[in-house]
Amino acid sequence: MKPIATTRSATGIPTGRLAIWWVIASEIVIFGGLLASYIMHRLGHPEWADQAAHTNTWAGAFNTLVLLTSSLSAVLAHQAAEEKNGPKAARLLLFTCLGGLIFLCVKGFEWTHEIQAGFTLTAGGFWHFYYTAAGLHGLHVIAGMVTMLIIAADARKGQELQRVELVGLYWHFVDVVWIFLFPLLYIAR
Amino acid sequence: MSASGHAEHHAEEGFFRKYLWSTDHKIIAMQYLFTGMFMALIGGFTVYVFRMQLAFPGQDVPGYGLVSPSEYNALITTHGSVMIFWVAMPVLIAAFGNYLIPLMIGCDDMAFPRLNRLSYQVFLLSAVLLMASFFVEGGAFGGAWTAYPPLSSKPEFNNTPMGSVMWLTAVALEFVAFLLGGINFVTTAMNSRAPGMKMFDIPMAVWMIVIASIMFMASVGPLVAGAAMLLLDQVAGTGFYDPARGGDPVLWQHLFWFFGHPEVYVVLLPAMGIVAEIITVFARKKLFGYKTVLWTAVATGILSFCVWAHHQFVAGIDPRMANVFTITTLLISIPIAELCFVYIATLYGGSIRLTTPMLWALAFVAEFLIGGVTGIFLGSSGSDIYFHDTYFVVAHFHYTFFPIAFIAVFAGVTYWFPKMFGRMLNETLGKIHFWGTVIPFNLIFIPLFLTGAAGDHRRIYNYNHFPDLARPELQNLRVLATVALVTLLLFQAVFLFNFFRSIFAGKVADANPWRANTLEWTVPSPPPHGNFAEMPTVYRGPYEYSVPNREDDYWPQNVPG
Amino acid sequence: MTEHAHPNYVKVWAILVALLVVSVVGPMLGIKVLTLITAFGVAVVKAYLVARNFMHLHIEKRWVVYLLTTCLAFMLLLFAGAAPDVMKHEGQRWENHAAKRVTHQAQQPVH
Repeated sequence: MKPIATTRSATGIPTGRLAIWWVIASEIVIFGGLLASYIMHRLGHPEWADQAAHTNTWAGAFNTLVLLTSSLSAVLAHQAAEEKNGPKAARLLLFTCLGGLIFLCVKGFEWTHEIQAGFTLTAGGFWHFYYTAAGLHGLHVIAGMVTMLIIAADARKGQELQRVELVGLYWHFVDVVWIFLFPLLYIAR
Repeated sequence: MSASGHAEHHAEEGFFRKYLWSTDHKIIAMQYLFTGMFMALIGGFTVYVFRMQLAFPGQDVPGYGLVSPSEYNALITTHGSVMIFWVAMPVLIAAFGNYLIPLMIGCDDMAFPRLNRLSYQVFLLSAVLLMASFFVEGGAFGGAWTAYPPLSSKPEFNNTPMGSVMWLTAVALEFVAFLLGGINFVTTAMNSRAPGMKMFDIPMAVWMIVIASIMFMASVGPLVAGAAMLLLDQVAGTGFYDPARGGDPVLWQHLFWFFGHPEVYVVLLPAMGIVAEIITVFARKKLFGYKTVLWTAVATGILSFCVWAHHQFVAGIDPRMANVFTITTLLISIPIAELCFVYIATLYGGSIRLTTPMLWALAFVAEFLIGGVTGIFLGSSGSDIYFHDTYFVVAHFHYTFFPIAFIAVFAGVTYWFPKMFGRMLNETLGKIHFWGTVIPFNLIFIPLFLTGAAGDHRRIYNYNHFPDLARPELQNLRVLATVALVTLLLFQAVFLFNFFRSIFAGKVADANPWRANTLEWTVPSPPPHGNFAEMPTVYRGPYEYSVPNREDDYWPQNVPG
Repeated sequence: MTEHAHPNYVKVWAILVALLVVSVVGPMLGIKVLTLITAFGVAVVKAYLVARNFMHLHIEKRWVVYLLTTCLAFMLLLFAGAAPDVMKHEGQRWENHAAKRVTHQAQQPVH
């Protein structure tokens, strides 16, 4: 039973979408703070470039491709939801989720390899930021996937279709963060 | 759809569902209010203990015992952290925001009631975690509410291995709770307004809470990142803030204060909003320059992001940066002073009724002005070289924080108590409480301005260790401040007695005992679930008092023109 | 937001992938300025494309765009305020000995 408050729209933007923009705004400053700190340190420590050379650029590039593709499926899910095609939207959301899963698996593979080579969290300044930034991003990927599964379950029954767009917006944001993480963490020089 | 049908649906609710698992914004507001009040007791107890130690060093404090140096540090840390994060913020923003926003904008609840409930639960968890840290081995964290590394990051320095981690996690959870809550406040205020309520018809209290929430959401992010980094330093052996490992402790300072300074305006603005509501009602006069107040508040909000390093003038920052931050800090005193003057202009020529809420509102303006003026000495990097880390700073921020966290809160609680509980508070007890708080308050902090200017460092456990400060004149001032504090604390019993007795036995209040204009006064006291039997339409702004050619000296927003 | 002429999402995706290729190949050429442009410049363009076309910011209310750019601006402000202390390790009258030691040590040839 939704309160009247949820259904009104004095700004012209539906309440859910308005809320997501505020979420994204606050997330920009969270990641922004972390990445600004990283950039400050990175520029002040030129020797970190040697450490950064040990990241797997191909894995990073592949993951970028995976996230970009999952963003595509997310926006196509939104389009399907707009056409009131709940089952199609649900399928596309699941595909997006799959992209997230592949992303996490590749990351797991990368990290295992790096840890085994001795590049652990405490191995040096660069690695502090590498694991923290990618880890924080990864937590957001997981949160996005869980939310998407819940929304897909509703969408398949044709319910709460407006939420497909909302989780899509969040997912695009997570994609944009990775778009910046890729050159920041993987491109050494 | 009618709200009363909604109410029938919830008629048969048990205690748990109605009071502890509710999604009703009014109940959640009460949860925040009562939790904040309880935490204020903890904040008050800690200051009692450590001020007794300062006044009578080395002696048993009644009700506590001997205070060891590390306990002293834990007490001052707890006092600061609790008062800011677990008293000022939950009461000013979450309690008043939750209670007032839906009622003042004319809707039935927040836009996201279940998210609202979740935000309180996360907040409660943070409070419980903080209190649990008092009982672990090593005790509570003692590195000050500012938690600078390496003291806060290395257990071998802080001797509170678990306490530090729990404190930091509690603060992080509190941030999450307010991020979640903020989304509700901002979205609801923007979208869920009653038909006819245009942007400039929104009551100032709502605007201020919304602007504060936006500022919070924009400023806390870097500190959330910084806290994650500090947490990793504490438990995972990283060196984000360790120069020997490629890190920098000054980074923490920047991340902390980038949030910390906007934070003080995050709590100031709601306080000013509450005061605006009260002075208009009890002067029966329009707010002098609604748009001025609004744009000034926005300007203050934006400018507050540009002043943070005035907390770091002597930390070894680039001196050219110190110049920049001195200028911005001195600039920000202008809009705030202007707000105070607008309030005074609002009072001028008004038909003033000195009820208890009005006394508190007037005291807010007067005391806050003193706090603001003393900030000028601290905002100038030159004089700050002397004043930094002295009690001058402590007195300055208490002359600002105490009005914010207590004076404005008492103003708001005494004003909206009839609406919240359907009963009137006792005016005589209210006035006794008022004078018994405000006079001792000044007797605490004026001596501390003097001792601070004389050289008293902050966060010192025993001034006998400092020969040039162990002089009798200074010690007398410290004792005076402590005696005044104990007096102030004792007078709070008057408030608590008045508050709880009036809930059960106060005079029954009608819907609009103060004859005010805003929408919350058009519904029964207390409002039913769903608030409005029929959703209101708004026809004018909130401050149409003493309008010429009208019989009544007030004109509620929902009465057709 | 129901009827609007939406961009061809697959076409946007294809451009994004092409840009990704550029950003991977660019740094391999070893020229610093080119690396910066291809790695970070491309990132900015990709982010813009995703924000505009997938997040529909081009047809969203203007103030949302202003809000998001303001948040980004605050991050630049944070950087500007903190970098002189954190990024630099020496000034006209001071040195950060610990940082310089670490930096110097790490740049020694590895045995």
